[in-house]
Amino acid sequence: MQLWLIPLLPLAGFAINGLFGRRFSKSLVNLVAIGSVLLSFAWVLKTLYGLGDLSSAHVEHYFTWIQSGNLSIGCDFAVDRLTAVMLLVVTGIGSLIHIYSIGYMAHEGGYYRFFAYLNLFMFFMLTLVLGANFLVLFVGWEGVGLCSYLLIGFYFDKQFATNAGNKAFIVNRIGDFGFSLAMFLIFINFHSLDFATVFHAAPGASEATLTTIGLLLMVGACGKSAQLPLYVWLPDAMAGPTPVSALIHAATMVTAGVYMTARSWVIYTHAPDAMHVIAIIGVATAVFAATIGLAQTDIKKVFAYSTVSQLGYMFIGIGSGAFSAGIYHLVTHAFFKALLFLGAGSVIHALSGEQDMSKMGGLRKKIPWTFVTMMCAAVAIAGVPPFAGFYSKDAILVAAHAQAPWIYWVGVITAGMTAFYVFRAMFLTFFGEYRGHEHPHESSPVMLIPLGLLALLSLGGGYFFRVPEFLAEFFHAGPEAPEDFTLVAISVAAGVIGIALAWVMYLVKPGMADSFAGSVSGLYKLVYNKFFVDEIYDAAVVNPIVGGSRSVLWKVVDAAGIDGIVNGVGSWARGVGGVLRHIQSGNIRSYATWVVFGSVMLIVAMGLAGGLIR
Amino acid sequence: MLSQVPISWFLMLSAALFATGVAGFLFRRNIITVFMSIELMLNAVNLSFIAFSYQHKQVDGHLFAFFVMVVAATEAAVGLAIILTVFKNRQTLNIDDVDSMKN
Repeated sequence: MQLWLIPLLPLAGFAINGLFGRRFSKSLVNLVAIGSVLLSFAWVLKTLYGLGDLSSAHVEHYFTWIQSGNLSIGCDFAVDRLTAVMLLVVTGIGSLIHIYSIGYMAHEGGYYRFFAYLNLFMFFMLTLVLGANFLVLFVGWEGVGLCSYLLIGFYFDKQFATNAGNKAFIVNRIGDFGFSLAMFLIFINFHSLDFATVFHAAPGASEATLTTIGLLLMVGACGKSAQLPLYVWLPDAMAGPTPVSALIHAATMVTAGVYMTARSWVIYTHAPDAMHVIAIIGVATAVFAATIGLAQTDIKKVFAYSTVSQLGYMFIGIGSGAFSAGIYHLVTHAFFKALLFLGAGSVIHALSGEQDMSKMGGLRKKIPWTFVTMMCAAVAIAGVPPFAGFYSKDAILVAAHAQAPWIYWVGVITAGMTAFYVFRAMFLTFFGEYRGHEHPHESSPVMLIPLGLLALLSLGGGYFFRVPEFLAEFFHAGPEAPEDFTLVAISVAAGVIGIALAWVMYLVKPGMADSFAGSVSGLYKLVYNKFFVDEIYDAAVVNPIVGGSRSVLWKVVDAAGIDGIVNGVGSWARGVGGVLRHIQSGNIRSYATWVVFGSVMLIVAMGLAGGLIR
Repeated sequence: MLSQVPISWFLMLSAALFATGVAGFLFRRNIITVFMSIELMLNAVNLSFIAFSYQHKQVDGHLFAFFVMVVAATEAAVGLAIILTVFKNRQTLNIDDVDSMKN
């Protein structure tokens, strides 16, 4: 079926724009970048249509990549139902965001560079979801990390952007270390990295082994999918252009960890302890990030913490054994969170770069289309039935309740907080009086059309795309737990209460939020400063490493030790040379004397050795 | 006839010639003389080659002698050319004056 065309098309777009884009006109850059992604999307549709119902995986082997001893790794792509879902999300949402970027990036420098990176990202992301063994997945995994780094630091002349890029890259190294260890363990135990082989053999392995593998894979997923304690890079990643935040840091790349853990579901179902840890990390992240989101004033930061929180939800789903619910939330979250970010981008674009919500307000009349579409995303994420977020969130919460009721209750509280902070952002941005000085202008149709399509997906995506039913067979899920109306009603009520609270605090009595914040100022400061997690990490990890590197590794080991040895050898050679220089008299007869002297010594030595002279 | 002469005589003659060559090389100052001393050493070595070759009834020593002669001939050609150039540039044949490579 030529699966290789799916990732190769964006790669070609990257190569063309990356090499020649500087000389291209903007419309030619657009044609190459958007054309390649749209073609890729079309090829995905054609492939999936051709493959039918995909009840078993369709594998394509291209060549043997690594052959060493009994290690044999092929460059293989595979499509099964899980991959099909991911392919549609990545290329579909990716296409929309590419189109949106035409409008958003129109006035920015480095236009071709931006689209080249975006295409490269699509290539790696598609490699990640198509890979039929852990190593090909890992190639995509690292590649999207690289593109994330490049695009966070897109405004490389700004110090905070490059710092944020470095932070994302370095924090992800910790997770990748865990992932690598997991791959080593998998290879040692199963002598293969192919998904099919490993997952076929996994039920036979001991539970301790599978738990270790599962926990190490989880460490990798925690890095990429921004879970506690490795989430710190994602809020800073908002330094990149907003379409990047939408595509990479909301819809696709950060869900790679969820995809990878769902892909390894066979390992997790045989390692219940690892699953439990995932659920706990997920619920902790969900409530922790939602709390921070309550007090942020930067519109993108609100949605960034919201993303961390929603990824936590997906982890709850995975950890509760409801893999399909986790993937379901991945899909609907891709719709509404991409829309929230793109809408925020449209707001920021309208205000010529203003991101502080305290300088917004009353924008619903000035940029009505942005307002309407973002409202669709807001009701979707708040879990209002029958919109997209409602279905997936409740699938997760019901599954969590079956596993551990306390996780369900914390999830419900988080749902309330989610609704509150999203509507707080909406009210601060679009209602009340305008508090800024710019002259807002509605975005161009090229930005509004993707917003409209995503709004439709956010509203109807949950109802029309029944991901759990599609994936039930893939995950060997038993009969679905009976829909408990009470559980659903409670979580919906939590969302509605959150919305109502935001409405009261920010619209009915605008002063109430400030007076409330003043009455608990200590707590408010703690939340506003993100629980000082960055500062704690700086003090506990970063500063000791930097300080130790500077005072020990640099000044002692490098300057005194390594440089000392090198310079010592050099000056020793110079000193010896200075002495031996005097032999070089220029007088031929003195050289000859040395030759004779040497020969005599040689003869004497040979004589002594041979026993001639006693 | 030769068989009556012991090999040690040849070797002693060879050693004497070689020592003369070394002494000439070390103590004479004229480049031409030094050059001739080198030829003398080469011929001393040739003599011992031939003597041993005869002693052991093997042809290898003869072959080596021819090699040495060839090398000596080429060396003479190159060496004399160098000596001519040195004299042209410096108007001297004193070997102690040619020490610009000092230190």
